[in-house]
Amino acid sequence: MLDSLFANVASYFASLKLSALLRALPGGLAQGLIWGILALGVFMTFRMLGVSDLTVDGSMATGGAVCIMLVLSGVNPQLALLASFLAGMIAGVVTGFLHTRLGIPDILAGILTQISLYSINLNIMGKANQAVNVNKVVFLFTSNAKVLTRTIWIVFGVCLALILALYMYLGTEHGSALRATGINGNMARAQGINTNRMKVIGLALSNGLVALSGGVMSQYQGFADVKMGTGAIVIGLAAVIIGEVLGEALLGKHMNFFIRLSFVVLGSVIYYVVYVFVLWLKFPPDDMKLLTAVVVAIFLAVPNLRTAKKNSFNRLAKQNAKAAKLGKEG
Amino acid sequence: MLEIKNIYKTFNAGTINEKKALQNLSLTLQDGDFCTVIGGNGAGKSTMLNAVSGVWPVDSGSILIDGEDISGLCEYKRAPFLGRVFQDPMTGTAADMQIIENLALASLRGQKRSMFRWGVPKADTEKYREMLKTLDLGLEDRLTTKVGLLSGGQRQALTLLMATLQKPKLLLLDEHTAALDPKTAAKVLEATQRIVEQNHLTTLMITHNMRDAIAYGNRLIMMYDGHIVVDVSGEQKKNLTVEQLLNLFVQASGSNEVNDKLILS
Ligand SMILES: Nc1ncnc2c1ncn2[C@@H]1O[C@H](COP(=O)(O)OP(=O)(O)OP(=O)(O)O)[C@@H](O)[C@H]1O
Ligand SMILES: [Mg+2]
Repeated sequence: MLDSLFANVASYFASLKLSALLRALPGGLAQGLIWGILALGVFMTFRMLGVSDLTVDGSMATGGAVCIMLVLSGVNPQLALLASFLAGMIAGVVTGFLHTRLGIPDILAGILTQISLYSINLNIMGKANQAVNVNKVVFLFTSNAKVLTRTIWIVFGVCLALILALYMYLGTEHGSALRATGINGNMARAQGINTNRMKVIGLALSNGLVALSGGVMSQYQGFADVKMGTGAIVIGLAAVIIGEVLGEALLGKHMNFFIRLSFVVLGSVIYYVVYVFVLWLKFPPDDMKLLTAVVVAIFLAVPNLRTAKKNSFNRLAKQNAKAAKLGKEG
Repeated sequence: MLEIKNIYKTFNAGTINEKKALQNLSLTLQDGDFCTVIGGNGAGKSTMLNAVSGVWPVDSGSILIDGEDISGLCEYKRAPFLGRVFQDPMTGTAADMQIIENLALASLRGQKRSMFRWGVPKADTEKYREMLKTLDLGLEDRLTTKVGLLSGGQRQALTLLMATLQKPKLLLLDEHTAALDPKTAAKVLEATQRIVEQNHLTTLMITHNMRDAIAYGNRLIMMYDGHIVVDVSGEQKKNLTVEQLLNLFVQASGSNEVNDKLILS
């Protein structure tokens, strides 16, 4: 029994080839950076607006679908990405309208848009997926192994530019008003800020970024799929949270806003590098989403569990019982 | 200045929770009036301020500021006219932003916010520092501190400063010292008095403290059941005692529930 177990373990480790991991890592890095764009969008809503926006799963696929279909009809791929961004913004506006004008709770508004986008994406593509012949079209964001390093640098540059743009915007008078809206709506309105409009703007920007990420991803993989955004919100949240935990651990109070945004993208890269590593360990790909969800749940729960421990009735009861016992003995 | 004309507001109309919170309420404030507002729990004091602030529309009646009817404007559109400090110290500031960022937000109350002007101008920083110094709470050295780290009293004082940074046509204070310890409350009230006088602000101040209501301002109103039942000003207000005030209330409302309904501090 034990022997065969050992044999199994040994053959498992023997089957893990370090060279395979090294070969997979650059791709993980590239995808991590591409998902980093999406994570920046999720950060906008989740952290800046305090809204949990589930539009993301739909708008990412919309970004991909729009990009691929435009490229197929001969449009310049970079222009197609701009269109992806705009399409995502429209999706965000729709969610914002449902939420602020029609008074539908934010989570539900996002789900409604997400579901409608599923049909819309199918309509855009005419079927569940569409591919571009990557030998005919030259993509800037190609996964072609020969120029992968270049692709990584380009996506890195795009991420940096987006971080800088967000940093600049959120520091302006307008951006401050958006942040205030997320922190304290009553205060914002008392200061004359149209909080409804700010939420719509934030949702639009966020989903613009998400769709841009979807567009870039579709170029990277050479196709768009109606399911490419499934679970995207969880991956985005994972990136945001991993980045925060890491930033907190490394820098603590010295974190300025630019670094905070950078850690969002870094969180996404770490997520993907770990993803590649876990796959390399032969973790079943089908279970990756489950694993991701568990990780996110743990990270989201840790801060709450910490305070819960501090504020526990049980702990106090035990503490007092112990003190009473000591008092009796002594 | 402020004219409230026959406003009504009923919450949850037609349900068992129906509450006629404002009933034919009218009030006119002159320029520079500092009017204190007292009344028992549920008398409608906060509801009156919320009606003026536009938290929701009133059912009927009109509210005018400087002759302009604002009753059809939503909350954020009325902000240019109003400075507000709330009972809960959490309400008036953005906890996750720095003191200076909060002040910068307030300095643009009711104005267009640019997508291109970045950060806080140097000159303003100095101005804010000077203003914070006058509060005497040590905030002038903590410009970049997150507001969430401040005490309730410090937050209320800051909110007061924010409410008056852009001179409002009307300052609305809803028991803004109720959540503070007596010493801090006195300090914030002092600051209130000074700022109101310096800027000749027209002010409505709700308080649960009858002595404060008598000591501050040039006019005092008492609310009961959604409208004003006592209104004293001038010499009469100056010489008012708590006892007289209670008598006035009994006469006006025909109610003897004064002693349990009104808080006598
Ligand atoms: N948004 C609301 N929805 C439903 N009922 C409300 C609302 N706001 C106020 N009320 C009700 O209207 C009545 C008047 O409330 P209001 O807050 O104006 O009293 P108040 O005079 O400020 O009393 P307090 O001294 O307790 O603050 C109360 O019965 C209250 O429950
Ligand atoms: Mg009240």
